[in-house]
Amino acid sequence: MNLKPATLSQIDEVITHYPTKRSATLPLLHLIQEEVGFISNEAIEWVAAKLGLQPINVYEVVTFYPMFRQKPIGRRHIKVCRTLSCALLGGYKTCATFEQEFHTHAGEVSPDGEVTVEFVECLASCGTAPVVMIDDELHEKVDAAKAKQLSDQIKAEAQARK
Amino acid sequence: MIAPAKPELVTVNIDGKEISVPKGTNVIEAARLGGIDIPHYCYHPKLTVVGNCRMCLIEMGMPAVDPATKAPVMDPATGKQKINWIPRPQIGCATNASAGLHIRTQTPQVKDCREGVMEFLLINHPLDCPICDQAGECKLQEQSTGYGRGYSRFIEQKNVKPKRTLLGPRVMLDDERCILCSRCIRFSQEIAKDDVLGFIDRGSYSTLTCYPGKKLENNYSLNTVDICPVGALTSTDFRFKMRVWFLKQTNSIDTESSVGANTVVWSREGVIYRITPRRNDDVNDTWMADSGRELYKAVAAEDRLTAVKLNGAASTLELALAAAADLFKSNAGGIAVVGSGRSSVEEQFLTKKLATALKAPAYLVSRVGQGDKILVSADRNPNVRGALVTGLIVSLPSSQLSALAAAIDAGTVKTVVSVGEDLAAAGLTAGQLAKVSVIYLGTHANATSAAARVVLPTLTVFEKNGTFVNQQFRVQKFLKAVPAPAGATDDLVVLAKLAAAASGTAVASEIGALWSAIAAAVPALGTMTFANLPETGLLLDATPWAALPFAEGETLHYKPSSAKATEGRPA
Repeated sequence: MNLKPATLSQIDEVITHYPTKRSATLPLLHLIQEEVGFISNEAIEWVAAKLGLQPINVYEVVTFYPMFRQKPIGRRHIKVCRTLSCALLGGYKTCATFEQEFHTHAGEVSPDGEVTVEFVECLASCGTAPVVMIDDELHEKVDAAKAKQLSDQIKAEAQARK
Repeated sequence: MIAPAKPELVTVNIDGKEISVPKGTNVIEAARLGGIDIPHYCYHPKLTVVGNCRMCLIEMGMPAVDPATKAPVMDPATGKQKINWIPRPQIGCATNASAGLHIRTQTPQVKDCREGVMEFLLINHPLDCPICDQAGECKLQEQSTGYGRGYSRFIEQKNVKPKRTLLGPRVMLDDERCILCSRCIRFSQEIAKDDVLGFIDRGSYSTLTCYPGKKLENNYSLNTVDICPVGALTSTDFRFKMRVWFLKQTNSIDTESSVGANTVVWSREGVIYRITPRRNDDVNDTWMADSGRELYKAVAAEDRLTAVKLNGAASTLELALAAAADLFKSNAGGIAVVGSGRSSVEEQFLTKKLATALKAPAYLVSRVGQGDKILVSADRNPNVRGALVTGLIVSLPSSQLSALAAAIDAGTVKTVVSVGEDLAAAGLTAGQLAKVSVIYLGTHANATSAAARVVLPTLTVFEKNGTFVNQQFRVQKFLKAVPAPAGATDDLVVLAKLAAAASGTAVASEIGALWSAIAAAVPALGTMTFANLPETGLLLDATPWAALPFAEGETLHYKPSSAKATEGRPA
C-alpha cells in the first residue's frame, strides 16, 4: 500500500481513539477509500495487518457496507437519489438522462472513465427532490433538463483538462 | 491424588421437574442433564456461545420477591412462591443456571417460536435431502420433523447461491444449504486457530466463504464437516459414497500419535467408509485431526501383506510357525525381539512373554515428529507407554536400533523377531539384515518383510480388539470394526503361538483370557478386564514413569510433566 504520509498519520491517530484496535476498522477503510477511491484486496490485507486481524475479518466488513467499493470508479461520482420523494418526482428519469449522456449504465464506469452514475438511498433533501450528489456537492431539483446541463458542464471540464 | 473441585450446585426447575446442576451451566446443558431435549443449531458445547440461530428459545422465570423487603411473594392458590415469568422467550444457550431458575420448554409459545424459526430457516434451504450427504444425520431434517410446522407457506423464489465451492482440499461447501450458524467459523478461530472462514455480503445473501486466495486446509478442517448441523459442509472423501444409516459404528482409537483421540469407525459389509471423532472431554473433546481420518485406507492398501511366506515362497501358518520354532531352537541365545509402540498393550504383553521365554533382549523403535499442540503429539507411536506399563521396555526407546546393529555385526544375534517394525527404517543396513534370519509379523510390505525368512501377516487396528495407553497414561480400548482379510492372522494368536513354541507351555490368545493373565502379571493393570474398561478410558498412576523424558509437548488436554513442575516454581 502506497498511502500518503498525511493519510498514514491520520490512520495512526484514529487507532488511538478506540479501546481495542479492531474497532478502528471502519475509519481506516474510510480513510483509504478517500485517498485511493476504492478498497482493494491489498488494502484489506494491509488494514488487517495494521489492526492485528485476519483478512477475512476485514473482508466481512467491506462486503457488508454498500458504501465501500471494491472496484475503482470514474473521475466523478454521480449519486442519484431514488428514495420516495425523489422517485415520485422523476429521479429515475434524471438517472436515465445521466446514463444516456455518458453512454453508461448505473453502477458502471462510463467508457471515457469520466463518471460513475449510481442510485443511492435518501440524501436527506426531500423538499427539493429530485436531488443528485456529484462527489461532495448537492444539486437540488435536478430534472432531465438540469441533468443535461450538469452533464454538459462535466464534459466541458473534461475537455478543458485535455 | 488431588480431589477434583466440586462445582457449586443450584436447583433449577425445568418443565416442573427440580434438578440440581452446576451453577452457570447453560439451560441447554441443564435440560440435557434432566433428560429434556432443547433443539439448537449454533450452540456447540466446545465452542463459544453466539446465539444466532434462535432455535433454543424457552420461557424463563424467577421466583418473585417483594422489591422493598426482599421477602418471597407467595401465590395463595398454590401456597408456593410465585414465579415471575418473562413475557418474551429467551435463548437457552445464553441463559445460565442460577438458584431458583424456572424454565418451560413445552408451552404453546415455545412451540410457536420453534415453528417460526424452522420456517425461516427452511425459506432458503433447498429441499434436496434425497441427494444430500447429511441426510440421516442432519439436525435440520430431524428438527423439521420434531418441531416444524409440517407444511410450507412459502410461494416466493428461493435465493440462489454457490452450490459447489471447494473451501479446501478436503471440504466442499454448498452455500444454499448453509443456515448461517457460524459453528465452522468459530471452530476455525477458536480451536484450529486458522481464521480463514467468514460471512460476506451479510443480509439476504449472506454467504460463507474463505478469504480470496486462502483455503481451509489446516489439519483440522474436517471437524467443520462434523459440526455442520446441515449438509453445507461435506467431506470430499466421503461425499456421495454411502448413506450414513447403512453404516455400522465401532469405537476405535486414533493411532497417529500418543494423544489417542477417541474415534468412531463407520463401516458396511466389511468396508470402512469414514472415521469421525468420538467425544471424550479428557482427551480430544469432540475433535480429531484430518490425518487420522485417512488411516483406514491402509486396510485395503496395495502393499497389504495377505500371504504367509517362508524363505520368500508362499507357505502356511503352521509351517511358518514350525520354521520359527526351529530358528528359536537352533539360534537359542542369539535372538533379539523388536517390539512396537504401535502394538496394543495385549500384544506388547505377549511380546514381553516371548522375549522372556527366548531370554532375548527387547527393543522398541521411537517415532518422533513435530507436535501441533492440538491433537497430534510429538510421539507418533500410539502406545509407547503401554510398553512401559507391561514392562516390555524400562527406558524410552530411540529411533535407531544401533545396539541391535552392533550385536548383529558382532555375530551375537542371529535371529530377529520384529513385531511390525521395519528394521531397515530403524537403521539396520541391508547387509546386517542379510546376516540374520528375520521373523516378521506385520501388516504391510517393506524392506524388512522382503528380507525376512518368515513373514506372518497380521491385522490393522480396525480388524482386532485391544487397548492403547496414551500420553496421559490413560488405557483406552479399540474394537474390531471389520473382519480380517484372508491370509492375515490376529497378532495375538501369532504372538501366543510363538511364545508357546519358545516356552513350551500354552499361552492364552483370546482377549478375555489374556486379560486375566495381564491383570495377574502387571500390578498397574491389576483391577482391569477388557470388558469393564470404560468407553472414556481408565487413567493409570503415572508416577513410576514421571522421571522419563517423554517427547511430547503440550496438547489439548495434556501438559508435559516438566511443564507442570516449572509452573509451580517461581521464575
